[in-house]
Amino acid sequence: MVEFMQQMVNGLSLGAIYALIALGYTMVYGIILLINFAHGDIMMVGAYVGFFSITMLGSNVFVALLFAMLACAALGVLIEKIAYRPLRNSTRIAALITAIGASLFLEYVTIFFLTPEQRVFPAEAFPMHQYQIMGLYISNKDIFIIVLAVVLMVLLQYIVKRTRAGKAMRAVSLDQEAAVLMGISVDKTISFTFALGSALAAAAGVLIGIYYGTINPLMGIIPGLKAFVAAVLGGIGIIPGAMVGGFLMGILETMVSGYGSSMYRDAVAFGVLILILLIKPTGIFGRNESEKV
Amino acid sequence: MQVKRCLTVLVLVLFAMGIVAGCGTNNTNQQGTPAPQGTEILVGLNCELSGGVASYGTNAANGAKLAFEEINAKGGVLGKQIKVLERDSQSKTDEAMNVSADLVSKGVVAQIGPLVSGAVAACTPVMNENKVPLIAPAATAPGATVDEKTGQTFPYIFRACFLDSDQGVRMAEFAYDTLGLKTAAIYGSTSDDYAKGLAKYFKEAFEAKGGKIVANEGYVTGDKDFKATLTKIKATQPAFIYVPGYYQEVSILIKQARELGITAPMGGGDGWDSPDMVTVAGAAALNDTYFTNHYSVQDPKPAIANFVKAYETKYSKTPDSFAALGYDSAYLLVEAIKSADSADPVKVAEALAKTKDFPGITGTMTFNEKHNPVKSIVVIEFKDGKLVSH
Repeated sequence: MVEFMQQMVNGLSLGAIYALIALGYTMVYGIILLINFAHGDIMMVGAYVGFFSITMLGSNVFVALLFAMLACAALGVLIEKIAYRPLRNSTRIAALITAIGASLFLEYVTIFFLTPEQRVFPAEAFPMHQYQIMGLYISNKDIFIIVLAVVLMVLLQYIVKRTRAGKAMRAVSLDQEAAVLMGISVDKTISFTFALGSALAAAAGVLIGIYYGTINPLMGIIPGLKAFVAAVLGGIGIIPGAMVGGFLMGILETMVSGYGSSMYRDAVAFGVLILILLIKPTGIFGRNESEKV
Repeated sequence: MQVKRCLTVLVLVLFAMGIVAGCGTNNTNQQGTPAPQGTEILVGLNCELSGGVASYGTNAANGAKLAFEEINAKGGVLGKQIKVLERDSQSKTDEAMNVSADLVSKGVVAQIGPLVSGAVAACTPVMNENKVPLIAPAATAPGATVDEKTGQTFPYIFRACFLDSDQGVRMAEFAYDTLGLKTAAIYGSTSDDYAKGLAKYFKEAFEAKGGKIVANEGYVTGDKDFKATLTKIKATQPAFIYVPGYYQEVSILIKQARELGITAPMGGGDGWDSPDMVTVAGAAALNDTYFTNHYSVQDPKPAIANFVKAYETKYSKTPDSFAALGYDSAYLLVEAIKSADSADPVKVAEALAKTKDFPGITGTMTFNEKHNPVKSIVVIEFKDGKLVSH
């Protein structure tokens, strides 16, 4: 039982990171039906911004998080403006391929300037405390990562449901042309969506740095893919779906490693993607609705 | 395929020309006259000085050059000075072969390098056909010195390092005999042959001693979350955990293991050898962890201390294993020239094969029939962030 509870803690902290990244995927998909494959790499850039603001500016974790989120929000808006906006009326496959291009661009520009070597996130930035509760090993990092993820998700939900900008996002996602007729600036709304999603990815990047201790230019690929699966699992385009999908994904992987075999972990993760696409392509929270015409 | 065959033919023709060109020098050597340069003995360095594994090649070449300088300062060998021809293989296999052909045509007594097993294999035909010995400082692949089709040892290929299999066996002995631990879990990288080889030989040796492997798990390169599998391993209560792999993952893995309250000693191979281990995992988490390595910088033996000091003075950095292996390769060669009492490549190769109890920085070496050095493997312990050798 203790072992099971420990695995749940492991799964929740892993899932929190997946959920944060998945949110960005889902928001962008929800609004322009684009799978932004550069999303994992934006997370990587966020991790580096956090790293440099801690090591070079000597800022604390929260300031580093803020810097990373602001920088990546700007980066997300910029990528959308340069790479995706000119293609908004092209085929979806053209935009998808551009997204892969943007992903590779971010990875290799980072390698070019910062070398492929891994960087060690300074441990002093977040002193670790270990708690032992009824045989469970929990650190303040586990708590921090889960609490911060939940706070950010609640904040996001508030923005989307309760603010004017959020209302505009929902309107654009529902029907772009009608939104324009109602006086909503589609460009601004889409930029705002990218900014929000990228800021969440940046937060995930800094959290990965703090939690695991090292960052490198290709760190975004695998978590990006897993988060994509999480987004599809929850129902792509649906914000609560991404959260639930992310946590489910983390717990699922942990349980496979813990009770099955560590060798099957990734196979199960991507097997889930295939199963979902075959059985319920709209995901857990998705409604089966007919294609909008 | 067709293109490849054409290339092979072309290369063979080029080699044939090389042999013809080389004949002259060989004949003069056999008549006892000195090498073409008269008062000098030529030695080739074919190392990866640029490209992907530039740090391996550069450090090994630096180590070898340091050794030759020391030898020349003491009056050289057989009354002659050693002249080093240093060439860059650019970390490319085909370039390594070209460099070999070039060095052989210049009349070198032997070639040191390349570092990577694949590049050594590419040079092997050139060296064997021209009958010039090659000393590979760090080619750990079992097939490097042996023709895998016929099982015959290549007559002119030697290596200065131990094999991956030796490392796994050494750690099994250390865990079972020295630490007295009877159960072990294996949690290693499954992405590369190096770690898989280590895991396999550790398991065989540990079980042969009567030990029990209670868990056998794996991770892939780039993984960062090991907690699920570690929690599972913890439940099997192993007395020892073997973690073959590279420092990028291992450092995080050890940190997470300690965070989960796993206190069992852990061990690994030379892939752990990096300053990042301490910065990532932290000194406290690394206590009671051990890894096998070619040598230890902190070894107080006078020969090693002198080498480390000389290297640091000359290059202002700490010599890693590759530097030490390059240095040993150079001395191995000079010892062979001395005992052959000749700078004729064929006689030097014969003398190399008979190397016995050669005192190197990376251990005392005796070549077995496969031209592999039977040598000691150092076990290094992390103690409060410092490396201590056993």
